[in-house]
Amino acid sequence: MNKKFVLGIYDDEDVLLHAIENIRAAGTNIYDVFSPYPVHGIDDVLGIKRSRLPIVAFFCGITGTSFALWMQIWMLGFDWPMIIGGKPHIALPAFIPVTFELTVLFAAFGMVITFFIVSRLKPSLRVNVFDKRSTDDKFVMAIEVKDGETDLSALNKLLRTNGAVEVNEKEVVK
Amino acid sequence: MTEERLIISRKTNNKFFIMIAVGIVLLIAGIIFGAAGGGAEHGAEAGHEAAAAGGHEAVSWTKRLFINLWMNNVYFTGIALIGTFFVAVQYVAYAGWSVLIKRIPEALSYYLPIGGVLMLLIYLFGSHDIFHWTHEYLYDINDPRYDPIIAGKSGYLNTAFFLIRMVVYFALWIFFFMWLRRESVNEDLYGGTSYYHKSIRISAMFLVVFGITSSTSAWDWVLSIDTHWFSTMFGWYVFASWWVSGLAAITLTVIILKQNGYLRMVNSNHLHDLGKFVFAFSIFWTYIWFSQFMLIWYANIPEESIYYLERLGGNGGHYKWIFFTNLIINFVFPFLVLMTRDAKRQMIMLKLVTIAILVGHWLDFYLMMMPGTMREGAGIGFIEIGTALVFLGVFLLAFTKGLTKASLVPLNHPFVEESVHHHV
Repeated sequence: MNKKFVLGIYDDEDVLLHAIENIRAAGTNIYDVFSPYPVHGIDDVLGIKRSRLPIVAFFCGITGTSFALWMQIWMLGFDWPMIIGGKPHIALPAFIPVTFELTVLFAAFGMVITFFIVSRLKPSLRVNVFDKRSTDDKFVMAIEVKDGETDLSALNKLLRTNGAVEVNEKEVVK
Repeated sequence: MTEERLIISRKTNNKFFIMIAVGIVLLIAGIIFGAAGGGAEHGAEAGHEAAAAGGHEAVSWTKRLFINLWMNNVYFTGIALIGTFFVAVQYVAYAGWSVLIKRIPEALSYYLPIGGVLMLLIYLFGSHDIFHWTHEYLYDINDPRYDPIIAGKSGYLNTAFFLIRMVVYFALWIFFFMWLRRESVNEDLYGGTSYYHKSIRISAMFLVVFGITSSTSAWDWVLSIDTHWFSTMFGWYVFASWWVSGLAAITLTVIILKQNGYLRMVNSNHLHDLGKFVFAFSIFWTYIWFSQFMLIWYANIPEESIYYLERLGGNGGHYKWIFFTNLIINFVFPFLVLMTRDAKRQMIMLKLVTIAILVGHWLDFYLMMMPGTMREGAGIGFIEIGTALVFLGVFLLAFTKGLTKASLVPLNHPFVEESVHHHV
């Protein structure tokens, strides 16, 4: 099914931030905003919640720590005990570098994989570029049009009064 | 930027004087106990054994006093030095976020001249009590107490060169501190970017000086206490300890000033960055600690591992609890508490951690210096707490006086606007 979007094009960061606030205050749902570079404070005005990725990192890290300790204690202490450098079989100080490395490895891989899954990034992903200028010098605000619900002329007016330099419509093939 | 002047009330100043007075009373009490009570007896006994075993004298109260003075002075001088180092790093990194708080590290260094004078005096009066290598007989080949290892180090470890180095360190540090401070204050008065560009060049020069002197001063003042022992990590280790305590001191001061209505432009974004600094460098300290420990533990060479034996099983297990407390208070606690973003943005969490780190690194210096000098005779009693209080009081007097001397917020720094709008 095709989806229709109204695109408000902005050419100024501050105007854009105020426009987002006003348009959301007017009860319009913003689908997304595309910008050539990260804009400070845009997450707050768009109402995007903080990422929960650090929590994933923490638990992946803990998994890495426990796995590394278990692996070394089991291998060197029980499965194949060896005397290395006259140290006890289970010599914790010698295990710490490996434990540290595996903690970092698990946390990093866990975070990257979770990020890919959550944001549905995969090689076959088709990305709809609403307006190519959003990779150059324009900010593009996309608002989804719901048939029978959205008043197009009112939306056009709302965008224009809030500083949009252009308002376009675009149909996207899903 | 409008000027913001810190006013230290008479009441606050009196608090610092009371701190010093209480410290002195405790010190006197400790000295009386030490001179008359069981301490001397115990010291004499342990001393005879130690003298037979390792050539160390009895632990007298004067020795204990001098070592405490030395330890506290090294600790507070380090924090003062970190003030200028922090400012220099920010300049060289073209940092914008830290401009609003840069007057606090600047003022920390006001203790440096006091620290320099004290360092010299304590050395002149207590060198034999603190440093084993200062005894003449160690270098006399005809003396039965002749020590070929220490004699072999006499090219570097001799009183004249030691004093020259000490004077040079302080001269360089104070010179660069005053130069950077003058540029900073003049910038407030006259404005323009020339002061900023000049400060970058001064900072770059200072960082080279600091890189060398922070390491060599650590060898001189801390490492040479355990004269036979050596560690190539030691300069870094002492630097890491100073650096994280300095960062904790800066953060704690920012929070206290903020809670008293100063530094109005500072918000949780600046605290977040300071929190990240404290968090990161408490891990850095642990990394250095472990790098030093693991190589010695793994190689297990007697002349190296003696250092950790003295701190773990040796000396009757006297230092064991400090050894583990050191790791918990300086690594585990800050690591777990400051891990989340929210914790780094809240004053109460930062306050808890920075105070813990300041106490923890005082203990770290205690652990570096006491086993090599006091052996089993060390303790944390009236003398230790008294000396620490006196030094803290003097340090705070110098520090707060430095804070009042200029506006708390730089007025004409080119990045001050960026700092006000800092957003993480």
